[in-house]
Amino acid sequence: MIYTYAFVAIAACVAIERFHNRRAKATIVLLLAAFLAIAPRFYGNDAVFSVLADAAVYVMLALGLNIVVGFAGLLDLGYAAFFAIGAYTYGMLASPQFGLHLPFWALLFIAAALAALFGALLGAPTLRLHGDYLAIVTLGFGEIVPQIFQNLTKYTGGPNGIAALDVPTFFGHSFGASVMPYYYIALFGIAFALWISRNLRESRLGRAWMAIREDELAAKHAGIDVLRSKLAAFAIGASFSGIGGVLFAAKLALVSPDLFGFQVSVLIVSMLVLGGMGNIVGVVVGSLLLTIVNSALLPQINSLVDTAFHTTLDLSNLHFLIYGAILVGIMLFRPEGLLPSRERRAELHHAGEAAVDA
Amino acid sequence: MSVLLDVRALEVRYGGIVALRGIDLHVEEGEIVALLGANGAGKTTTLRAISGLLPVRAGEISFAGASVRRRSPDAIARLGIGHVPEGRRVFTRMTVRENLELGGYAIASHRKVADRIDEVLAIFPRLHERIAQRAGTLSGGEQQMLAIGRALIARPRLLLLDEPSLGLAPLVVAQIFEVLRDIHKRGTTVVLVEQNARAALALADRGYVLRNGEIARADTADALARDPAVVAAYLGGE
Repeated sequence: MIYTYAFVAIAACVAIERFHNRRAKATIVLLLAAFLAIAPRFYGNDAVFSVLADAAVYVMLALGLNIVVGFAGLLDLGYAAFFAIGAYTYGMLASPQFGLHLPFWALLFIAAALAALFGALLGAPTLRLHGDYLAIVTLGFGEIVPQIFQNLTKYTGGPNGIAALDVPTFFGHSFGASVMPYYYIALFGIAFALWISRNLRESRLGRAWMAIREDELAAKHAGIDVLRSKLAAFAIGASFSGIGGVLFAAKLALVSPDLFGFQVSVLIVSMLVLGGMGNIVGVVVGSLLLTIVNSALLPQINSLVDTAFHTTLDLSNLHFLIYGAILVGIMLFRPEGLLPSRERRAELHHAGEAAVDA
Repeated sequence: MSVLLDVRALEVRYGGIVALRGIDLHVEEGEIVALLGANGAGKTTTLRAISGLLPVRAGEISFAGASVRRRSPDAIARLGIGHVPEGRRVFTRMTVRENLELGGYAIASHRKVADRIDEVLAIFPRLHERIAQRAGTLSGGEQQMLAIGRALIARPRLLLLDEPSLGLAPLVVAQIFEVLRDIHKRGTTVVLVEQNARAALALADRGYVLRNGEIARADTADALARDPAVVAAYLGGE
């Protein structure tokens, strides 16, 4: 069942990439939205929509990281830190921890703002760094943030985290134990993230990012404020994962530091690489594929193997092997990703051209 | 005529190495000034310091009467100093039009940018033919035209050009210099860094010769072109 939804969504994405006619694209988007909104009434169960809601959160995260890495070309290996900040915002402000029970809906915005603030805070001192050095610093940041949450036991519950988070309500109606509200909110979140991404890409800021990604010096010559543009990329990208974090925490009703480790950052980067960095539709496909592999395919293979051989294997230990294999395979056979952006494709297939008369 | 750019006692270092040791130069409104000198003399460094791309250790740079020494590169660009960098540095994966649009980044109005792109395309008909092509597919001469065109979109009062003839065929160099003459006639003040001293002095009003980060000689272009020492060192002797 889960595969039906994933297949429809991915097929629609591929169709959007293939069609060049605006109206055709818009039609597919509307049909897909209608399908995702209505089909759950007839088809599927809570387990399926739980996975789909998680997948939707990951799509949001990937779209956020895509702004930083894909658009502005800043390799961020600590993106999970902002996810953690979003989740802990909900965990601390909507739970018995401090007796604060701020509403879920307000916290979506508060978490987005907080994550953006921390994005800018991380960005400000590090954006003079380039390439590998920036990656190392962001990697460190991604390690430090969960450590802080782990060690501020008094406020964050330490290694155990915070449990029994508030169940959100919608005009007085509690979400209860159903996952459907999260599924629908996450769909709205994706729609919003897609809309923002698309508009940013076509905006002045988007063009500044593209210029910076290509040639920072030439971008400065063109009168682009490079530092401020990079800072904006970090802040906007982080805000997406702040929202994702609130959704994730509310659905799980739990936050703990081990949920936001390095593997999450790697997972999201893998989604971008797999789908095609910089291309919005490609990123959606990449994140859907990896989440389905993670949350549906692997557990199923796991139980098949277990029943067949009467073992109790835990294939989740193989996740890293699988990401690694995917990354290596993509780098070898399709370095631009499954559905690459025009620029990225040009970059990797015509890299020789620029050198001809340089 | 009034002084547009005034550089006094400019000192720039790369780490511990002194690249410019106290340079004085000025450019008057409407002039073409050539900076000559061997590799490593400090020509490119001078331009980059003026554009705010390098930290200035000591000295003062003023443009149209206001100090730009501590300003950021983008702010300096917005004040009206255009810089065509060495090696052209066009955005190779973007189309010619996208490159030109980025030249108008600081201009808020789309209409205005579109109009100025049309003006630049009138100066460079070759770019017009290639408007939808990716810049990486252009020839060296066309890329140089694009780099100059991109700088012109912002209508700079002062245009800094770093080695526009580098690596180009003589015929193409002649075309580029013809265009520079034309741009100058339309009222843009030009500072030209060139290895091709003969062509540069033929175009310029005045020139400075840099040696080891200092101004070794400053005179009118005609006088420099006749000076036996300059001829021997930079014009290949005659």
